[in-house]
Amino acid sequence: MSVVLRLDHLTKDFETGVLGRRRQRALDDVSFELVRGEVFGLLGPNGAGKTTTLKLIAGLLRPTAGRVSVFGSAPGDRAARAALGFLPEQPVFYDHLTAEELLVYFAGLCGISGVDRAQRAASVLDEVGLGAARRQPMRQYSRGMLQRVGLAQALIHQPALVILDEPMSGLDPIGRREVRELVLRLRDDGRTVLFSSHILSDAETLCSRVAILARGRLVASGGIGDLTAGRAGRWEIVAASLSPAAAAGLQTQAARVTRIAHGRYSFELREGDGPEPFIAAVAASGGSLVSAVSTRATLEDVFVERVS
Amino acid sequence: MTRARLVAWHVFKESVRDRVLFAIAGFALVLVAASVLIGQITAGQDVKIIKDIGLATLELSGVLMAVFIGVGLVSREIERRSIYSVLAKPVHRWEFVVGKYAGLVGTIVLNLVLMTVALFLLLAWLEGKMPDPGLLKGVVLILAELALLTAVALFFSTFSSSGILSAGLTLGVFVVGLFSEDLRGFSGIVSSPVLASAVRAIGVVVPAFSAFDIKADVVNGRPPVPWAYVAMTVLYACFYVSALVGGAVAVFSRREFK
Repeated sequence: MSVVLRLDHLTKDFETGVLGRRRQRALDDVSFELVRGEVFGLLGPNGAGKTTTLKLIAGLLRPTAGRVSVFGSAPGDRAARAALGFLPEQPVFYDHLTAEELLVYFAGLCGISGVDRAQRAASVLDEVGLGAARRQPMRQYSRGMLQRVGLAQALIHQPALVILDEPMSGLDPIGRREVRELVLRLRDDGRTVLFSSHILSDAETLCSRVAILARGRLVASGGIGDLTAGRAGRWEIVAASLSPAAAAGLQTQAARVTRIAHGRYSFELREGDGPEPFIAAVAASGGSLVSAVSTRATLEDVFVERVS
Repeated sequence: MTRARLVAWHVFKESVRDRVLFAIAGFALVLVAASVLIGQITAGQDVKIIKDIGLATLELSGVLMAVFIGVGLVSREIERRSIYSVLAKPVHRWEFVVGKYAGLVGTIVLNLVLMTVALFLLLAWLEGKMPDPGLLKGVVLILAELALLTAVALFFSTFSSSGILSAGLTLGVFVVGLFSEDLRGFSGIVSSPVLASAVRAIGVVVPAFSAFDIKADVVNGRPPVPWAYVAMTVLYACFYVSALVGGAVAVFSRREFK
């Protein structure tokens, strides 16, 4: 598999304070690589260094140490940027332009010839669901519509590597589903997608591999299956007809208990505990079993464990 | 250069749609109308006053455009974060800076041409003949002055994130430049050699905007302003514009965008 993007021991310090004499480390010795055709998720809580990483890849920041290689070139090279499409976080554009005018302008900056610019702009606006509003000034756009324009401009030159910083931000549930479908279409076209998110369900649905950042450090990376493998599942038991005293008694055998309704409780057992003794305890307390479901370890479990 | 041209066209379009431009154009029209009224109450001097006020209006509206649109050329892109999308495209930073500069100078040229045509038509109507083409020397030097002032504004725009600070610095350089000859003379009358050197250095480094002001001479027709002086002053402006735009490119090329 050909490597599309490689980060080698990437470190970034920002100068702060009077005369920039203090340094704040935003990214510390981060390395990972992306291969052609994969969807890769960069995860982490706010302030983890996700946006800094993406800006270093897009050539908007320079590394303090380490290096970034995009198709073998440095991010500042024109060849690297011609192969890369970038959606910044919460993009803002020019109020006086329509989405169509903006995309025709950006298509020109990407070297697309005059006659093809309008055609390409129309096609990509249709792709992100903005075809009908393409001649409306962007000052009238909602947050979600601007996010779609941001996606469209990242795709205008059909880049082989697409970098999306929080692509679901500002989108309603339908918009989020459309973006998920778009990312999968890009993958099916053989393009590589790197996106940052703190919405773990999106990463779990879309990504073949993820990297988790916390406080500027890479705390986990790999396939989602690999990261969650080897972790015992948990059992979730729902029981009814329990008195508050009986529920309190059962709580000592569970990791977590949630009251659903009068007499009905959900118990999450500890990792590795089997369900049988607990079901027997429910029956002995005068309760009845409603359901017993085994839940496998999720990316959220990995995320919470590594980040905290 | 295609990409720089596209950036320039984009700036031109944005400036033309900007409300600031309309405000400046409206202000210029009011001044020209006022010159006609003042001319009517000034016996025998109406044409001269219209020429005076007309040229001053051309210059003032251009200065307002150069400063207030110029300081936002780059800093506004950074402030509204549109810079992230633009610089992630295969565009060299020098293309972006040169395009920004060319776009605003293009807008100023258009404004100047339209206002000059309006002024000449007004004069032709009042005088009943073609106005003195010598006035064009004044217009050419106003254009050179504005191109230089735009370069100053662009330079400050590349490293200052505050539009007010950039505008203040640009206007400061302009005002100092208007008095640069006085500054050079001032160095001869101060007793402290350090102060004298500092004042002389400011007078030499800051572009001499006073050199572009030939309005009174072209309106009166004397002393005659030779075309050689106009050409040399335009060359002087070109030198400073190259240095300032080059400096802006150097600063902007090193800039990071958090």
